[in-house]
Amino acid sequence: MNAPEAKSGFRHVGTRPVRPDGIDKVTGKAIYSPDFVAPGMLQGAILRSPHPHARIRSIDTSKAEALPGVKAIVTADDFPTLKSLMVTMGESAGNIIHVSRKCMAQGKVLYDGHAVAAVAATSAVIAAEALKLIEVDYEVLPHVIDIDEAMQPDAPLLHEDMVTEGVQPRPDKPSNIPTYVSKTKGDVAEALGRAAAVVEGRYSMPMVHQGYIEPHACVASWNADGQANIWCSTQGAFVVRMLTASVLGISQADIRVTPLEIGGGFGGKTTVYLEPVAMLLSRKSGRPVRLAMTREEVFRASGPAPGVQIDFKIGATADGYLLGADLSMKYNVGAFPGNGVQVGLITALYHYRFESFAMHGWNVVTNMPGIHAYRAPCAPQVNFAVESAIDELAYKLGIDPIELRLKNAVVPGDPGFTGGTLGEIGFVECLEAAKAHPHYSAPLGPNQGRGVAASYWINAGGPSVAAVSLAEDGSVLVTTGSPDIGGSRASMAIMAAETLCIPYEKVRVTIADTSAIGFSMVTGGSRTTYATGKAVIEAAETIISIMKARAAGMWGVDVADVAWGDGEAICLDPAKDNQRLPIGKIAARMNNTGGPISAEASVNPHDYLPAFGVHICDSEVDPETGQTTIVRYTAIQDVGRAIHADYCEGQIQGGAVQGIGWALNEAFIHDKAGRLDNPGFLDYRVPVCSDLPMIDTVMVEKPNPAHPFGVKGVGEVPIVPPLATVANAVSRAAGVRIRDLPLSPDRVYSAIKSKG
Amino acid sequence: MTKQFVTTTVNGDTAEFICEPGESLLDALRGRLQLTGSKEGCGSGDCGACTILLDGEMVCSCLVFAAEAEGRVIETVEGMADGSVLHPVQRKFLEHAALQCGFCTPGFLVATKALLDHNPDPSEHEIRYWLAGNLCRCTGYDKIVRAVQDTAREMRNERKTA
Amino acid sequence: MPQPGYHAPETVQQAIALLSKEPGARVLAGGTDLIVQMRSGRIASPLIVDLKRISGMIGIRASGDGFAIGAATPCTALKKDAAFAAAWPGVVEAANLIGSVQVRNRATMAGNLCNASPAADSVPALIAAGATCLIAGPSGERELPVEQLATGPGRTGLATGEFVVELRLPARPKGGGDAYLRLIPRTEMDIAVVGAGAALVIDAAGTCTAARISIGAVAPTALLVADAGAALVGSKFDDAALGRMGEAVRAACSPIDDKRGTISYRTDMAAVIARRAVAIARQRAGEAN
Repeated sequence: MNAPEAKSGFRHVGTRPVRPDGIDKVTGKAIYSPDFVAPGMLQGAILRSPHPHARIRSIDTSKAEALPGVKAIVTADDFPTLKSLMVTMGESAGNIIHVSRKCMAQGKVLYDGHAVAAVAATSAVIAAEALKLIEVDYEVLPHVIDIDEAMQPDAPLLHEDMVTEGVQPRPDKPSNIPTYVSKTKGDVAEALGRAAAVVEGRYSMPMVHQGYIEPHACVASWNADGQANIWCSTQGAFVVRMLTASVLGISQADIRVTPLEIGGGFGGKTTVYLEPVAMLLSRKSGRPVRLAMTREEVFRASGPAPGVQIDFKIGATADGYLLGADLSMKYNVGAFPGNGVQVGLITALYHYRFESFAMHGWNVVTNMPGIHAYRAPCAPQVNFAVESAIDELAYKLGIDPIELRLKNAVVPGDPGFTGGTLGEIGFVECLEAAKAHPHYSAPLGPNQGRGVAASYWINAGGPSVAAVSLAEDGSVLVTTGSPDIGGSRASMAIMAAETLCIPYEKVRVTIADTSAIGFSMVTGGSRTTYATGKAVIEAAETIISIMKARAAGMWGVDVADVAWGDGEAICLDPAKDNQRLPIGKIAARMNNTGGPISAEASVNPHDYLPAFGVHICDSEVDPETGQTTIVRYTAIQDVGRAIHADYCEGQIQGGAVQGIGWALNEAFIHDKAGRLDNPGFLDYRVPVCSDLPMIDTVMVEKPNPAHPFGVKGVGEVPIVPPLATVANAVSRAAGVRIRDLPLSPDRVYSAIKSKG
Repeated sequence: MTKQFVTTTVNGDTAEFICEPGESLLDALRGRLQLTGSKEGCGSGDCGACTILLDGEMVCSCLVFAAEAEGRVIETVEGMADGSVLHPVQRKFLEHAALQCGFCTPGFLVATKALLDHNPDPSEHEIRYWLAGNLCRCTGYDKIVRAVQDTAREMRNERKTA
Repeated sequence: MPQPGYHAPETVQQAIALLSKEPGARVLAGGTDLIVQMRSGRIASPLIVDLKRISGMIGIRASGDGFAIGAATPCTALKKDAAFAAAWPGVVEAANLIGSVQVRNRATMAGNLCNASPAADSVPALIAAGATCLIAGPSGERELPVEQLATGPGRTGLATGEFVVELRLPARPKGGGDAYLRLIPRTEMDIAVVGAGAALVIDAAGTCTAARISIGAVAPTALLVADAGAALVGSKFDDAALGRMGEAVRAACSPIDDKRGTISYRTDMAAVIARRAVAIARQRAGEAN
């Protein structure tokens, strides 16, 4: 399991060394965002709406201001008026006006938990008391939670000025539908007419949450000269800087964002909810201010993943070739327009060679918190529908479900998801590995069923900066702007050590603040090991070039006669007797041979490749109660090449289990008044340790030729297949197809009962 | 209301603090004693990130009033290592990559230590149920369970050879 | 500031005096419900009275033929008491389904009872076992069957100044066995969708001579379903008797639709879970003969 065996040809890539930040994290020394303390810091708190939809008539803060110990109060009036501007946050995009309104309601509250005012006080107790003294006069409006109801012409309107984009001619009336998208290929009706078997169904699931264990928290300190510090946990300090500066209308260079250790994000920490508010409280009070969410606030007022309602019709020939797919997707994006169905469109069908398809999609706004990225954002929802239907089709045709997928799987050279052609993808290899896995042929017990599903995720590249420098003893400092959310310091150190041919322990990695390193996109999109890794490798290669030049100078030979290997410069000039200069000796003399040796690489690669995964699940269903047990689970994935094998497996296992939770129990539940009824870990049921078996992983390695070590992104695709994998297994075990998530005991029981 | 003056033992040393009567022990550890290793993930006993030992038994420190700590013995993640020598469970969590973000880790470490103090040879089933009060959202628990199994194995072997 | 006072009296009389003085005062035993409720703002208490420093509040002692369990005894301590665990395994298991190990190291059955949640796991098991609670108050002590303490969700019949001092359980009858089961969506860390306790006595021939069946989470309080027990008495647990027992359980259900379950699911499951609990209790009773 843990043996540090390197792949042939590599000295570090594929090994499993201890992470460089490990000891801090097992001894309680690591500083996460709720741990950070600034001198003289005040404690902030946010007043949140108890109504899902209401007009704010007035806010009276006078009593709260009079409370001793209260130092600042902020409402929407303190936020500048913004012009419409689309901004990208890495895995999601949005209008800066909406980013601002997620920090503080302006005019209307749009969901239960929407922020309406904030206080900074000398203690948390005083801040909490002050919130009770703020009087908000609400005009409560009718609310809408359900997708179908929100799409009705007479539905309560969240945004009076919102008309549907993507419809021609442009609608003249506002609606709750911000986006319509479509894409077609061939004649679906004709193709389905020729099909030997057709499966048709409606699939649905409610909103779910990333469920990171660390609630959002930050400390902001904004000085009178306009310069500010923000300490927070984020997947992207540069996103925090850009969004905070944009929301407040100030210069980005005036804000230094220091990313503290981050307690999970899964896409959910690629935006701001607290930072601009803490900044305003700090400016008003003249002191650093901490804002930290409670768990309840996280569930009520951060960005969940969309719920969906999907109608899907699919047909195939008698020998299992897919003829056509007719797909209608409605994504509940919460209170603000967001990137929902747009991603659904490119993650739905492109892993199979459909002769024809018609895809239509709508985003729908409702009185729930606005969605944000969650691990392969918006892909698991549509994949659940597609892979459930494929499974039904396979059984209908009497074809093995993996075999049917193999018959239709895309291969290198097939059309890409967003244009171009597919590169060295490993889909077929994953399907073959699944078919050959002992799990797939193992016998099943009573009341058990086996499910399988396949998925892809587009992955991402994008901008990253890395700096590499030598210490005088030849040890190596790597600095990046990519927060380490799951062991990426270790993978950066491995790639630097591999490039420089030096021991792993000689490389130390720092995650820098926004003033200490150039722009890097978020840790997200499965891009960090790939893109930031490329920057690290490129900077390390520059370091090698410099060291070779220094060695050439020291030897008095041409640089062309110097090679690099085994952590040392090697003189190729026969006259010099194959002399060698180790990195330590070059470093020791660097300030006499031309100065400090350091290099920075700025990259913006887009030669990433999509990731594919195939999962197998055995479930056991109690026919009397509808309770499901996950008996066995295997996740197979093309990882390109694993840099740190343990953290690669860990991503696959963690993603699979999040997906299992999504399939079985996780759901936002709203009461009749439109309030979130389960804003805690007791009733928002993420999987606990005893719910699960071991998660077996198979890492298929089909290297990405565009990455020096073959990296493809691994972090996101593992959450995509589990929804259908589990649903297929449960449907098989229960003897009845279930098309709605979660597969809670009462739902499974009802399905069993209804089949009679 | 009057504040409480509390004298207690934390990780072997006497600790004193003044707290509000309704303050949780977790808030006192983090805010009064600067022991921020114990984390708050929920504040309701549902995530286990604040797990500590109170008189040798593991509890959620968010579900204990700070005032109750008077005269009691508290152990936190900060006290697990023997100086600079890691406790075996700390070392095994690193060797098995049983943490990704690391936020839940202090709670898991304390809970695992308590498990192995009670039961040196737990089955996988026992490990999973013992740790059910500790949520991890990153790892899927697989590597955590393996790290616990390996720690137990090593500690048993050490006892045999001792 | 809404900060309560904290007191840790050393005698029952001191506790009664404190509780009598402040009508909103709350008793602290394990605190696993109280602290969460205070934190969420659901209750604002001016005074917390911690029982744990009162002698006798923590621990299990023999009382007559049976057992007396101090009100502040944590659930995990029940497992460690070999005599009690052998006598009432269903009660011990029920108490050790609450929350996590961390929670059970603090949580108490008396607290579970006085919190008066209809879904409290230990309560149906205690009711089935025929437990009573000893209540101390300004006007002296009184003893009440467990099923009579809660009067509705979150409400008890305790008067100002009164608190539960101990739970009392009889000795396990000859040929007796008990069990508690609950249904939850996960395997741990959940609130019962339904729960059922069963305590049976069977004779050497395998005939049921006494049966107490209790159900939780399907009515405003945990219920003793006398008809369900009566359906089993005289039977050898044949399908007809078990069917009548299940029907009696269903008839006793008056659950609500909420985030944890629907009326119809809870009603159906109450019968299923009760039947399974009876099967375990029967096996234990058989082993006792």
